[in-house]
Amino acid sequence: MIQLKNVNKVYEDGFHALKNINLTFEEGKLNVLIGPSGCGKTTTMKLLNRLIDYTDGELTIDGKLISEINPIELRRQMGYVIQSIGLFPHMSIYDNVATVPKLLKWDKEKTRKKVDELLKMVDLDPDTYRDRFPHELSGGQQQRIGVIRALAAEPNIILMDEPFSALDPISREQLQDELVRLQKEINKTIIFVTHDMDEAIKIADQIILMRDGEVVQKGSPYELLTNPVNQFVEDFIGEDRLRQARGLPPMTAFVDEGYPSINVKYSMEEAITVMVEARKDQLPIVDCDNKYLGILSLYDAVKNREATIDSLVDESVIAYRETAEVEKFVASKETIAPIVHEDTTFIGVLDQDQLLNVLHEQVDQKSGVTS
Amino acid sequence: MEFITDLLQYMSNNSSMLISLTIEHIVMVIQAIGLALIVGIPLGILAAKVEKLAPVILSLVNILQLIPSLAMLAILLLYFGLGNETVVIGLFFYSLLPIVRNTYVGIKEVDPGVSEAGKGIGMTQLQLLLKVQFPLSIPFLMAGLRVAFVIAVAVATIAPYIGGGGLGREIVGGINAQNDIRLIAGAVPAALLALLADFILGIVEKRTKRRFRSVS
Ligand SMILES: Nc1ncnc2c1ncn2[C@@H]1O[C@H](COP(=O)(O)OP(=O)(O)O)[C@@H](O)[C@H]1O
Ligand SMILES: [Mg+2]
Repeated sequence: MIQLKNVNKVYEDGFHALKNINLTFEEGKLNVLIGPSGCGKTTTMKLLNRLIDYTDGELTIDGKLISEINPIELRRQMGYVIQSIGLFPHMSIYDNVATVPKLLKWDKEKTRKKVDELLKMVDLDPDTYRDRFPHELSGGQQQRIGVIRALAAEPNIILMDEPFSALDPISREQLQDELVRLQKEINKTIIFVTHDMDEAIKIADQIILMRDGEVVQKGSPYELLTNPVNQFVEDFIGEDRLRQARGLPPMTAFVDEGYPSINVKYSMEEAITVMVEARKDQLPIVDCDNKYLGILSLYDAVKNREATIDSLVDESVIAYRETAEVEKFVASKETIAPIVHEDTTFIGVLDQDQLLNVLHEQVDQKSGVTS
Repeated sequence: MEFITDLLQYMSNNSSMLISLTIEHIVMVIQAIGLALIVGIPLGILAAKVEKLAPVILSLVNILQLIPSLAMLAILLLYFGLGNETVVIGLFFYSLLPIVRNTYVGIKEVDPGVSEAGKGIGMTQLQLLLKVQFPLSIPFLMAGLRVAFVIAVAVATIAPYIGGGGLGREIVGGINAQNDIRLIAGAVPAALLALLADFILGIVEKRTKRRFRSVS
């Protein structure tokens, strides 16, 4: 875990580039620093591998003050990828990727295996590419090499400063997908700088939005999209993305908790009474722990008054998790949507009137009609 | 026509003498350039690394080159006496500028992104210099070396004025004796030497460019 507490950076010329930065980069998470040009993203990132030293405050890695870690060793344990890629033009692809393992004096066999494994991981055939030189590769391929060079010595932390911004859109998308996949596979802590909001939303676990050397908002992409703290955040995210994100809220927003349910142990008569009184023709059935079992229809109940509830429960009507997207229900052909917690405890039923209202609003917005 | 046959006649009659003068010439030049590399490369690197020293070092080697060759040799004569060593020292001073300047430029020209990447992944200053910056400056150094060779071959022809040898013997001897044939017999190999050095080092320069600057 990397922690910045009240960190300030004042450059030699007196420019106050970072003002009281408080941040936490958690283990195994993909953190994206974003903001307009000159807001201090690169400066923040370079504090982490001591390419820049901070002026005051406290910066710790796993509880250890960064100023007490030897910068050369620190950097060898951290991957570093930059926008200009910075491959060594006079070295083969193999030598480029093997740079840090060589600095760390790994034995040849281990290094060779690692390089081949990494080349394969980014879809470059080792036998074809190992002995090539950087200029013999396309921009996208070069940046892949830039990324795996940073991964070669198996660092736990990887710093990436606008690594994909110079690439064509197709390579960029591919590399973003690869990065997300890689991140899942190798579970590294990644600090990623970008000025592209789409990129941030796509890949981030945590987005840190900066402006003029300050953190304006940090949180998950969902949090930023649904709950921007001020106008600047809204403007930076952009009207289109916000509207898209507003989309349909998750199931929880539509739960009708007053909808009746009944324990499977009760009698059929009791079930019929509940339905008639509540004017419902379908009744969710739960067990003694209030876990959802299925649906009993009034029609079936009236036709089989002597049967037990248990024998008539329609288990094919699936319940939705409270966090599920409403779209799933809208797309299904069901007439009722029971909603449950993660552990299938019954909460209520989707309120279809309310859903309809929201759907209407959306349609109006999209066709430009304001009400 | 008659002049050319006379010249060829003279050159073939004195071929062994001309060859040994040529060798002496080459040896002086190579000694001087070797010395210039040993001193000039570190000076160039120093200038590139310590920004404050750059103007001092560069203007110093610049001034050395601006001193007219005869004057330079005359001054050196006062300190080092007559002989080939004095010539070598003079040639060394002349070769210094292209080597120092080109090493300096070569290191300065290294793509900052490449240097930052090297530093960022954990190279020490020395590793960065030896593994990345210096190799990448070699094509520039080669260009400097080429210039240095051509200058040194030319300047070395005035060596006899301070008691040195080489092809200058024939040239100066020819001037003194008003013997055009001797003069030309010395000048032609000297010119060929310069052309040859220029040609060979030109090829080497291109090769290193391909090898060490394979970006573009
Ligand atoms: N070495 C430096 N000296 C003075 N100011 C600097 C230096 N490096 C960066 N800055 C300034 O600090 C601010 C933040 O820079 P940077 O972190 O590179 O921004 P970005 O968010 O675009 O990466 C900018 O205004 C920049 O001009
Ligand atoms: Mg930047």
